Amino acid sequence: MRYSGLRVITEGLFGNKGWKPAWRDPAPKAEYDAIIIGGGGHGLSTAYYLAKNHGMTNIAVLEKGYLGSGNIGRNTTIVRANYFLPGNSEFYSHSMKLWEGLELDLNYNVMHSQRGLINLFHSDGQRDAFVRRGNSMINQGDDAILLDREGVREMLPYLDFEQTRFPIYGGLYHPRGGTARHDAVAWGYARGADRRGVDLIQNCEVTGIDIEGGRVTGVQTTRGAIKAKKVGMVVAGRSSQVAAMAGMRLPIESHILQAFVTEGLKPVIDHVVSFGMGHFYISQSDKGGLVFGGDLDFYASYASRGNLPMVEHVMEAGMTLMPMIGRAKVLRSWGGIMDMSPDGSPIIDKTHIDGLFVDCGWNYGGFKAVPASGFCMAHLMATGESHPVAARFTLNRFATGHILDEEGTGSQHNLH
Amino acid sequence: MRLTCPLCGARDRREFTYYGAEDYLNRPAPDAPPQAWDDYLHNRDNPAGVTRDLWYHDMGCSSWLLVTRNTVTHEILAVEAVADRKGGAA
Amino acid sequence: MRLAGKGLIDRGQPVTFTFDGSTYQGFRGDTLASALLANDVRLVGRSFKYHRPRGILTAGSEEPNAMVEILEGNQQTPNVRATVQEVFDGLAARSQNRFPSLKFDLLGINDRLSPFLSAGFYYKTFMWPRPFWEKLYEPLIRRAAGLGSLSRQHDEAQYEKAWAFCDVLVIGSGPAGLMAALTAARAGADVILAEEEARMGGRLVSDNLRVDGQPGVDWVEGTLAELRALPNVRLMTRTTVTGAYDDGTFGALERVGLHCGPAPHLPRECFWRIVAGQSVLAAGALERPLAFPDNDRPGIMLASAVRSYLHRYGVVPGHRIALIANNDAARATARDLMAAGVKVAAILDTRPDASVVEDCPVYVNAQITGTAGRLGLTSITFRHAGGSATLEVDTLAMSGGWNPTLHLTCHMNGRPLWREDIAAFVPAPDAVPRLTPAGACNGTFSTAGAFREGQDAARRALAALGRSAPDLALPQAEDAPYALAAYWETPGVEGRQWLDFANDVTTKDVKLSAQENFRSVEHMKRYTTQGMAPDQGKNSNVGALAVLADATGRGIPQTGTTTFRPPYVPTSIAAMGAGGRGAGFAPQRFLTSDQASRDRGAPMIEAGLWYRPSYFPKPGETTWLEACNRETRMLRDSVGVADVSTLGKIDIQGRDAARFLDLVYTNTFSTLPVGRVRYGLMLREDGHVLDDGTSARLGEHHFLMTTTTAAAGLVMRHLDFVHQAFCAGWDVRFTSVTESWAQFAVAGPKARDLLATLLGEMPDLPFMGVADVTLGKVRARLFRISFSGEHGYEIAIPTRFGEALFRDLVARAEILGGGPYGMEALNVLRIEKGFITHAEIHGRTTAFDIGMERMVSAKKDCIGKAAAARPGMTGPERDQLVGLKATSPMGAGAHLFTPGDRVHRETDQGYVTSVCYSPTLDAHLALAFLRNGRARHGETIRVVDHLRKIDILAEVTDPVFHDKEGVKLRA
Repeated sequence: MRYSGLRVITEGLFGNKGWKPAWRDPAPKAEYDAIIIGGGGHGLSTAYYLAKNHGMTNIAVLEKGYLGSGNIGRNTTIVRANYFLPGNSEFYSHSMKLWEGLELDLNYNVMHSQRGLINLFHSDGQRDAFVRRGNSMINQGDDAILLDREGVREMLPYLDFEQTRFPIYGGLYHPRGGTARHDAVAWGYARGADRRGVDLIQNCEVTGIDIEGGRVTGVQTTRGAIKAKKVGMVVAGRSSQVAAMAGMRLPIESHILQAFVTEGLKPVIDHVVSFGMGHFYISQSDKGGLVFGGDLDFYASYASRGNLPMVEHVMEAGMTLMPMIGRAKVLRSWGGIMDMSPDGSPIIDKTHIDGLFVDCGWNYGGFKAVPASGFCMAHLMATGESHPVAARFTLNRFATGHILDEEGTGSQHNLH
Repeated sequence: MRLTCPLCGARDRREFTYYGAEDYLNRPAPDAPPQAWDDYLHNRDNPAGVTRDLWYHDMGCSSWLLVTRNTVTHEILAVEAVADRKGGAA
Repeated sequence: MRLAGKGLIDRGQPVTFTFDGSTYQGFRGDTLASALLANDVRLVGRSFKYHRPRGILTAGSEEPNAMVEILEGNQQTPNVRATVQEVFDGLAARSQNRFPSLKFDLLGINDRLSPFLSAGFYYKTFMWPRPFWEKLYEPLIRRAAGLGSLSRQHDEAQYEKAWAFCDVLVIGSGPAGLMAALTAARAGADVILAEEEARMGGRLVSDNLRVDGQPGVDWVEGTLAELRALPNVRLMTRTTVTGAYDDGTFGALERVGLHCGPAPHLPRECFWRIVAGQSVLAAGALERPLAFPDNDRPGIMLASAVRSYLHRYGVVPGHRIALIANNDAARATARDLMAAGVKVAAILDTRPDASVVEDCPVYVNAQITGTAGRLGLTSITFRHAGGSATLEVDTLAMSGGWNPTLHLTCHMNGRPLWREDIAAFVPAPDAVPRLTPAGACNGTFSTAGAFREGQDAARRALAALGRSAPDLALPQAEDAPYALAAYWETPGVEGRQWLDFANDVTTKDVKLSAQENFRSVEHMKRYTTQGMAPDQGKNSNVGALAVLADATGRGIPQTGTTTFRPPYVPTSIAAMGAGGRGAGFAPQRFLTSDQASRDRGAPMIEAGLWYRPSYFPKPGETTWLEACNRETRMLRDSVGVADVSTLGKIDIQGRDAARFLDLVYTNTFSTLPVGRVRYGLMLREDGHVLDDGTSARLGEHHFLMTTTTAAAGLVMRHLDFVHQAFCAGWDVRFTSVTESWAQFAVAGPKARDLLATLLGEMPDLPFMGVADVTLGKVRARLFRISFSGEHGYEIAIPTRFGEALFRDLVARAEILGGGPYGMEALNVLRIEKGFITHAEIHGRTTAFDIGMERMVSAKKDCIGKAAAARPGMTGPERDQLVGLKATSPMGAGAHLFTPGDRVHRETDQGYVTSVCYSPTLDAHLALAFLRNGRARHGETIRVVDHLRKIDILAEVTDPVFHDKEGVKLRA
């Protein structure tokens, strides 16, 4: 069923009794052309683009919990294309283009809001690094504007320009950056995939990957064995466990990233604002909650929950940067499990096993990548070739030293 | 989260810096093949369960600690000084 | 309406407060909610989505409706629960989420449009035309949404954070908590008893209960008197434990000054980190509302809240009251009201077989089918075993049973268990290590049961602590069985039945979500927003779950439950971020010369945590550049003095010190003679440059390492790791002496002259030499090293003499035509000389990139050597360090292109890292990384900085612009 304003009115007049399920609940078939392990944002978008771009509709997404139960529903909803290293730059630029057409493509309002992102800088050195980034963005065909202190003050008058520990020198303004409603992205892709015939199978945990003679032949699940010649592992947060079923050891360490939301408030923060001297980034949801986050808790963990040191650090950063938020009350905190790759960039690649593909290592930036990740993973699974914008996201780049380290902290897990 | 430093006693997590899996202690020989170095630097078991990893007591005694703990429950099972571990000294 | 002679308020202390501009009176001990009810104010707020008129539902922090803004001058606090805020003289409160007024709210229209605003409607529309989302729809939605408003003013108030440690933390001070605290306290354990409310006692002070034959209140006071007298007990009222974290750590929010008006000596709030050996959760239970059509009107309240207002505040919320309940316990509400002389119109019991013996009419098998009253309840309509009826009432007390307050047991991923007999979730055993739930929060609802479990929990905690429990008789109290029949909503009626009052989620929304296949409880929550409002689902989760279970044909245990995450109550950012305001966010590090530099008018700029002088202005200079140019020339022509103490300094001693440096540096240090200094390059194990700097050999087994300012801490950690992990047996030790020594650069053609006047006799130091010198009686160190390319020295002296030496050096320099120089000139000097900083070694740089691959000794191993040998780490594809020379300014961060190429990522040839105007060469210089750059010296390259609107040509050169042969250095 197609969604539209007219439909909302018609259904409203008849008691909303006519709305159909957003997706089916099919039983798994014995065999598919391709299987995607993981019904999160990336898995669902992979399925969607396999069906849409490559005509592969005899495929299934296997999700051990409910659709969108991973990090797609546990993030700070930021969408941006402000990377500077070749390899990342073109990929996130492509993702942004997909975001910009997503509602009409999916017939689902994911509330993509290009309200603008401002990365603040607090020293000459930081400014120069952001200038390099901004120039990369423009060279890629994206947008960036350098704001001086007064330019920032005009847009964000509520920041503390006087007493804060690290004075605000200016900001890199990315007008096309913004936010989207995270759950809606999962649901929109799920519904879009389902409408094209993809089987979305929930409560179906993969317990084994069948490999014969170096070729993948299918998977074992809690709902029985399912055959497929192509299997994609799209399970950020659990990548190491799933890859281990295929005997692989990935360059991934799992970490917790906490995020926070306050009670609803009348509009007060109109952009996405990112602090340069401590991890802190914030926006306000359409519901009115301030949504913000910080750095990793920083120890390997699968607990989906964090501890107080990082909670306090994030709040302190908020208080030094924009003390007007002090009286907003944090309503809920949560922790997502991040696939941390050594260099902070993702992996979309074939594996040494024929027909087995991997999409992982999204670090703390997977949400904005959802469209392009699925787009490129679908391309890879359908054609066997990397999509040009994801060509550098290889598994073996660590072995060869072709590192994509945007932060420059080092291509080892322990150096982030 | 609290770690019991063998020298300083039980301390809050914020006194420590985490440094990744125990694997970093097993530095390959200088002439080891590239695969050994790739494994050493990058590839990890990354278990959901008991693991051993490295923590630095930088707000305390500067000891490097080898911590046995559970990544799912955050339970700390053992803490020992890296320098004191068996076969540790080169 | 206030009743005479009832309640625990202090009638001797009347207070005056305002709500929406009207003045009211209350008493000390009142909450805003009780005081408003005492003044017959029932309409307190508007709901989130439909802007429905709302009143007061509860008497606690779980209140979903009665949220107000508290005003203080130009500051205001939004979303304050009227049920928590205590009144004080001058308190000013304002209703929120309404325009223009609480009684007439224009967005009340939403309520009429509700058929079109069903769950998730916004996902299905507002998509076309595309630009309208950001321009029209979203701004409208944003303005309509949200509850209270922030002031947009900096929060200048005081907040604090604190630590506390104890053997046993008891959370909640009802019968279970008090009994647990008493038991643990008598055993001698250090006890913290934390109570969210202003008054300890829980239901013992909110209900008409008797303990050991005396009023519950008296027993509480007696117990508290004993606890207060014990030195090992800390009683914390107004303190909500907000989260359970690892290893016995809890977060807790204390409302320190919020109940007494502006009090400059008190912080508003204090956020506690409590570390407890053992803990007892005695947080009680929260009563559940019932769903029926229009169950959200002002005047419809929880039955237990009605009792709280009666017993604790001496307030009855209306004049004609009815009760609806699915359990026996709620009848106490009717009985207590009647005993207080209040008219109870009827008791409606949803159970068909309930007793009808009461002093008022009782209807069994009762189901409410509708209510009336636009701004407050006027009547209810219901059906019952004998037919149907309408009652004129202004207040309806309701009880759907109780939910144990088990939230903290979910904070570490514990999944609660469903207990059919009480139709509620209870904590899973050992959901939080070393925490024992007791009493109502454990599903044990009688007072006697609470005492018993409180004592048992304390005994368990004491046993784990290795303490013996005292012999303590349990007090006598009611031990009535909990009689309840699950009942969630009125079946088979039209009309909206609210589940989540705060987010306006009705049973229809939950059913629609099931109809659209959002059947997982998490999907339902996210689709309908149930449970995501300020009350965090405390009032609605179980009811919504029951409706979903019914709609999907599953049982409640099969449907599962969403989890509770910290904080237990919404907690202010200011409290958890206390100390972060202003400069408190990070430490500040000051040079010993700080004041001397400020005295000379030098602007101080941040360098990491340090503050360093940017430049030293002279009269007549109007720009930093003039000063910078002068300082640069001054140093090249005569002599300059700069404080370089921010560089990391690590003292390294031991018989294996030299061998160790060979391992951490790419080049060899074991061959360095005593009294000499060598430049060293350090790699990370991943093969990229970690840091560079010099190390001096002060003795056979004694080195002093210098690091960059930025990497001082990282390098220290790195050295400790390499030592303890790879060569713990080696005899070598490291001590950071960064703060022990002040160090000053003295550089320029007259540097030697200056130092000669200072030292009397100038040691004969070769370039890269080090010697001990004495200044008066003070031992100092003199290094002949230079970061400027001039004949230069660095002199180090114990920190306490730093300021004196700096002032002295500057005075001597000025006599010679020199003076101090700042960071700007220092940067120009090093660029002219092609010296790199962290602008160049930014973490992605290899030794190859900066032309130092030959410094990676082939003869020995070093950290990072193996990884640096990977194919991607060297070669013509990489960007290599070059110099750029131009006739107009370049911008750091500009990108490089081959002239004639289109400007695009695909043709990108590199980027600029550092720029300056060189007064020495009268040219604009830059350091840059250029694809295969070393092979391209002499080429012309296009420098494009879109952001600064620079697009010029520059000449590619060697990165060393000045004195390439180093003649001046060695002079």
